[in-house]
Amino acid sequence: MTAAILKVSEITKTFPGVKALDEVSFDIRPGEVHALVGENGAGKSTLMKVLAGLHQPDGGEIIYQGEPMQVAGPLDARQKGILLIHQELSLSPELSVAENIYLGAWPTNRFGVLKKRELRRNAASALDALGCGFGPDVRVGTLSVAMQQMVEIARAEAFSANVVIFDEPTASLTDTEKDQLFHTIRGLKAQGVGIVYISHKMDEIFDITDRVTVLRDGRVQGTLETQDTDLNQVTRMMIGRTLDTYFVKAKEEFGTEVLRVDGLSKSGHFSDVSFSVREGEVLGLYGLVGAGRSEVVETIFGVRRADAGQVHWKGAPIDLPTPRQAIDMGMALVPESRKEQGLVLMMGGRENTSLPHLKLFSGMAVMNRSKELVTYEKYQSALAIKTTGPDQAMSQLSGGNQQKFVLAKWLCANPKLIILDEPTRGIDVGSKSAIHELIAELAEQGLAVIVISSEMPEVLGVSHRVLTMSEGAVVAEFKGADMTEENLIDAVSHHRAPDAA
Amino acid sequence: MSHVTDVPTTGPMNTVLTWLLRNHIWVFLALTVTVFSLASPYFLTVNNIGNILTQGAFIGILAIGMTMVMIDGEIDLSVGAILALASALAIGLQDHMGVWPAICLGLLSGAALGFVNGTLVALSGMHSFVVTLGGLIGIRGLVFVYTGENALMVQDFSYTEIPEIYIGPISLTAIIFFATALFFQWVLSSTRHGRETYAVGDNIEAAHDAGINVKRHKIINFTICGTLAAVCGILLSMRLGTAEPNAGKVWELWTIIAVVLGGIRLQGGFGSMWMTIGGVLTLAVLRNGLRLLNTPNYVELMVMGAVLVLALVLDKLLNHGGDGQ
Repeated sequence: MTAAILKVSEITKTFPGVKALDEVSFDIRPGEVHALVGENGAGKSTLMKVLAGLHQPDGGEIIYQGEPMQVAGPLDARQKGILLIHQELSLSPELSVAENIYLGAWPTNRFGVLKKRELRRNAASALDALGCGFGPDVRVGTLSVAMQQMVEIARAEAFSANVVIFDEPTASLTDTEKDQLFHTIRGLKAQGVGIVYISHKMDEIFDITDRVTVLRDGRVQGTLETQDTDLNQVTRMMIGRTLDTYFVKAKEEFGTEVLRVDGLSKSGHFSDVSFSVREGEVLGLYGLVGAGRSEVVETIFGVRRADAGQVHWKGAPIDLPTPRQAIDMGMALVPESRKEQGLVLMMGGRENTSLPHLKLFSGMAVMNRSKELVTYEKYQSALAIKTTGPDQAMSQLSGGNQQKFVLAKWLCANPKLIILDEPTRGIDVGSKSAIHELIAELAEQGLAVIVISSEMPEVLGVSHRVLTMSEGAVVAEFKGADMTEENLIDAVSHHRAPDAA
Repeated sequence: MSHVTDVPTTGPMNTVLTWLLRNHIWVFLALTVTVFSLASPYFLTVNNIGNILTQGAFIGILAIGMTMVMIDGEIDLSVGAILALASALAIGLQDHMGVWPAICLGLLSGAALGFVNGTLVALSGMHSFVVTLGGLIGIRGLVFVYTGENALMVQDFSYTEIPEIYIGPISLTAIIFFATALFFQWVLSSTRHGRETYAVGDNIEAAHDAGINVKRHKIINFTICGTLAAVCGILLSMRLGTAEPNAGKVWELWTIIAVVLGGIRLQGGFGSMWMTIGGVLTLAVLRNGLRLLNTPNYVELMVMGAVLVLALVLDKLLNHGGDGQ
C-alpha cells in the first residue's frame, strides 16, 4: 500500500448551531479515486472547502506529503497542489482559456505586465496534455459546460496538482461528455494524482472509484474498498439510524379523499406515479436525493406540466396550469429551499405571512396593516415563533423560525392540503420537533399532509403511510407495522442497484 | 452572457467580423459620420474634425476612468463634482503657490477623492451607486464652499495657453485623451491589473477564490477614475480660464451614456477602451452634427436619447442572440 499523499485527521468544523464536521479523518493515496458520499448536509462540501482553503477547521490536522499543512486560501491550496473543481464553475467567461487557467496567478514581470507568450505556451501544453480540442486563446464564455470544466481541470496540469477534488462533476454533463470526463480522470490517476470524487450518483461511484468514504451528520461512517462493497451497504451507511428523537404522530382519524394522482408521468423526471391522500392523513414520501420526489409534487402544484396522468381533487379531475390556481383551490406547497423560494429575507414576519394572499389583506389595493398584524400575531403565538417584532427581517431569524413563517404564510389561506418538502432541513433539533408536532396538529385539524423527506426517522415518525420513490418511480408503500427502516432501505437500495440502472 | 456552442474559427475575415460585432459602435460611428457629411458641407472639414475631437476629449477622459470602474461592475457618479473641485483648486490656488503646484494639488484632490470612494465601496459593502451619489452631492457642496458660489477667474492668462498645442488640427486635450485611452487599453489587455479588472467584474467569487485582492483592486480603479476626473477638470479650467462652481454638472451622466453607448455593460466584466473611444466619438459627432444643422437643443436631446436606446437594442441583438438574458 502506498503512503497517503493527503491525510485528514480529526478535523472538526462548527457553524453556529451545527457541527458540520465532527472529528473527520480520511486519507487520499496517490493514483486513487476516492469517493466521498453522503446525503445533503452530511458534511461533504464543508470537508472539501476545508481542504481547498475556503474554510479554516476549528480542530484537527491536515497532513500533506508527510507534513502538517495550513491552507491560507484557495490560491494557496492551488499553489500547494490541491485543486477543487467546483460544481458551479469558477471561471470568468469574458477571459480567454489561458487567462482562466492561471486566474489570479498570471505570469508577470515585476511591473505587473503579463508575459503573454509564456501564459499561452504553458496553457497550451496543459491543454495538450489533457487532449482538449480547443486552444488557449478562445474566450471561455463561448465554450460548452463540459469544455469549461476541462479548463478547470487544465489547472491541475498547469499547477502540477497532487490532489484534485471533483464536486458533482457530472451534474450538467451529457453521457458522452461524462465518458470523456472519466477518461480524463483516469488519465490524472495514471499520473499518480490523488482524486476525491463527490457525487450523488451511485453508478458513477461504483464505476470510477477505488475507495468510498461515507459521511453522515458530519461524521465518517467508514471507508471501504469499492470492489469489496455493494450499493446496499453504502446506502445503509449513508442513511442509517440517526439520533433517536421523539415523534408525535397524529391520531388516525381520516376523512374523505382530498387528492388522488393516477399514473402521473414526466419524461426524464418520473413515470407512472399514483397515490392518494385523505383528510387528516400524513403521507410520507421517502427517497434519496434525485429520486423525483420534489418534481412530482411540483407537477401536482402546477409548477411543471405532466406528460401523462390525471390529478383528482376531492374526487373531480383537475388540470392545474399554474401554482396560482392550485393555491386558490386550497393546496399549499412549502418548498425545500426557503431562501430561494419561500421567503423575502429583507421583509419581516408580518409582510412575509401575508405575501401570497395580498388580496385577503387589502381593500382597493391598499394594504390593511392592522389585519396583517392580527394574522401575524395569531401565527406567531400559535407556532411559537421567536422574533423581536413583526418587522424583524427574516435574515436575522434562525432557520427554524424562518421555516415556521414559511408554514404560517401558507396556513393563513386555510389550505385543505399542505405539501412540505424537506420541512426540517438545516434547522436545529429543538425546532425540528416543534415542526413535527405542528405537522401532527395540522393533520388532527383535518388537513391532508404530504411530507417529503430524506431523513428516514422523520418520515417514519410523522407519517401514517410511507411511499418510497426511486429513480422517478414509486417502488413501495408501507403502513403500520411494515414501516421500518429495514424495509425502507431495502425498497430504495434494491431498486438502485447499479446493474439495474 | 453569450452561449455560443461552437468555437469560433479564426481567419482574417472572421477576426474583423468578430471585432465589429463586439465593437459595433464603430459601425454606428461610421454611419453617423456619413449621414452628417451628406447633410452638412461644414461637417467633414479638418477644422470641424479637430473641434469634435477636442469637444469629445473632455467627456472622453472621464469615460476612461468610468470604463475601468464599470468593467469592475461598479459605477462612479461623482466624476462631475470631482472635476469641478479640481478645476477650482487649480485656478484658486495658483495665486498663492504658482501654476504647477496648484495643478498638482488639483490632481491630488481627484486621486484622494477617488481613493475615498473606492475605500468606502470596498470596505462598507455599500453599492458604489449610493456611495458616489453621496460624493456627487457632497463634493459639489465643497466646491460651492471653496469658490464662495462665484466663478473663479484666472489672473495669469498664460495658464489658458498651456493646452494650445496642436499636432495638425488635433489639440493637446484630444492627444491626452487618445494617449490615456490607449495606455489604459494596454493596461486592460496586457497587465495583471487589467486581467483582474475583468475577472472581478465577471465573476467576483471566482476572482476571490483565485486569490485576487478584490478590495484593493477596486480602490485602485476608483482612484484612477478620480484622478482622470481631476485631469479633465484642470484641462477644462485651462480652456475656459475660469472655474465655475457648476462646471461638469450632469457630465457624469453624459460619461455613462458614452461608455454604455460603446457597448460596456453595467453589470461589468465586459468592455474595452476601443468601445469607450467609439462611444465618446459617436456622442461628440452627434452633438456637433446636430448643432451644425441648427437643431434645437431639445430635439438634440431627443435624438441622443433615441440613439442610446437604439445602440443598446443593437448590442442585445448582436451579442446575446436574443436569448432573453
